[in-house]
Amino acid sequence: MAENVLMDSETIDRTIVRITSEILEKNKGAKELVVIGVRTRGVHIAERIVNRIEKLEGIRPPMGTLDITLYRDDLRRKTEWPKVEKTEIPFSVEEKEVILVDDVVYTGRTTRAALEEIMDFGRPSSIQLAAMVDRGHRELPIQPDYVGIKVNTLSSEEVRVHLKETDGNDGVIVLQG
Amino acid sequence: MTFQRKHILGLEELTAEEITLVLDTAESMKEVSERDVKKVPALRGVTVCNLFYEPSTRTRSSFEIAEKRLSADVLNFTLSHSSVTKGETLLDTARNLEAMGAGVIVIRHPMSGAPWLLAKELDSSIINAGDGSHEHPSQALLDLFTIREIKGRIKGLKVVIVGDILHSRVARSNIWGLVKLGAEVRVVGPPTLIPKYIENAKVRTFYNLDDAIEGADVIIMLRIQMERQESVYFPSLREYSRFYGLTREKLKRASEDVTVMHPGPINRGIELSSDIADDAGSVILAQVSNGIAVRMAMFYLVASAGRNV
Repeated sequence: MAENVLMDSETIDRTIVRITSEILEKNKGAKELVVIGVRTRGVHIAERIVNRIEKLEGIRPPMGTLDITLYRDDLRRKTEWPKVEKTEIPFSVEEKEVILVDDVVYTGRTTRAALEEIMDFGRPSSIQLAAMVDRGHRELPIQPDYVGIKVNTLSSEEVRVHLKETDGNDGVIVLQG
Repeated sequence: MTFQRKHILGLEELTAEEITLVLDTAESMKEVSERDVKKVPALRGVTVCNLFYEPSTRTRSSFEIAEKRLSADVLNFTLSHSSVTKGETLLDTARNLEAMGAGVIVIRHPMSGAPWLLAKELDSSIINAGDGSHEHPSQALLDLFTIREIKGRIKGLKVVIVGDILHSRVARSNIWGLVKLGAEVRVVGPPTLIPKYIENAKVRTFYNLDDAIEGADVIIMLRIQMERQESVYFPSLREYSRFYGLTREKLKRASEDVTVMHPGPINRGIELSSDIADDAGSVILAQVSNGIAVRMAMFYLVASAGRNV
């Protein structure tokens, strides 16, 4: 299978630095921020963003994890049964600026489910979306506020974000289907 | 591993992996009950019918809350209000519910095996909420969940089940589950209330509570079912309580951090002395709230897997 490397480890590091700065610039600091990662890889990217915020601002925003399985719109169409993992948001999102972090934005359906789930925890002032890769092909009116890299892909291709925490190395690759 | 079953009828037919999957899923479900909005859309559009041929408040309420937290539409069908009193058969009643669109039917019935009959004859998913003195899978799963939560494991634990083993569906389901997950199970009660051939289920039988409790990590007390005690299985309640009631004195023989559990409702002063009942109160209430999470997991697993319910 042909493999095309979009980002290497250093590029990912620099991208985290840039996205974090953009977040802090737009929100004028980190005071009202909370960061929520979508399982599984969004959580690790969220962690890196939170670490970077702490380094720059001296405060560590609360971090949560989201499992959107119970909110999927294709739950009962799937033939493969999706395992439910834990959602953990141990803080109030009320009146907060929520940074929602995912690895890849594609159809927008995961983001739709994540938005609905966050709303069940309270009413934040805003929800902003950060993604390492925007690969296009949106099926819903959803756009990320912070993007690592934007690429044109074919639906038959597969975009994979590899992270040290789960895959042993950092990198973004496109696999031709 | 994936859950391929359409029904959850009993723990006898579940594998250790399937039981563990239910418990793991329940752990994720538990968080939903701690939110401000205690509801997720997973079962939106699914109609669940609770068909109860025996009086039950807590099991039925627990199922109903679980159904509502998953956004299912809930239909309650209880004995006293239904056409059952007009002579309709179980199967006819269930077929009517199915015709009304019930994708999942939760059934409690005084006859052992009733849920299997429905599973065989109907297209709906069937969940057994207790059949005769046969199985009560949701209670056993929530007991297993609670034990795992408190002790961190099930394998290798010494678990004692005390009381009327003969009539208890809770005991039967618990024995299947505990043995499959590797616990060392002991049963104890008057000889008249211990079924024959129980050794076949890989449990040890005791008739003396003191001996049975020695070193126990978990003690599951069964309710003496006053309503089923017209026939003489023991001379008197007072005598039963003296031999098989749990007191602080008797509990000294158990492991230091022993956990006492009870499926409720408690007959204070009979199965448990009042002070033990108070001590065990927090665990018993944890069992109740865990029951909701476990039942949510059961619904999710039978209703989601690409099935047209």
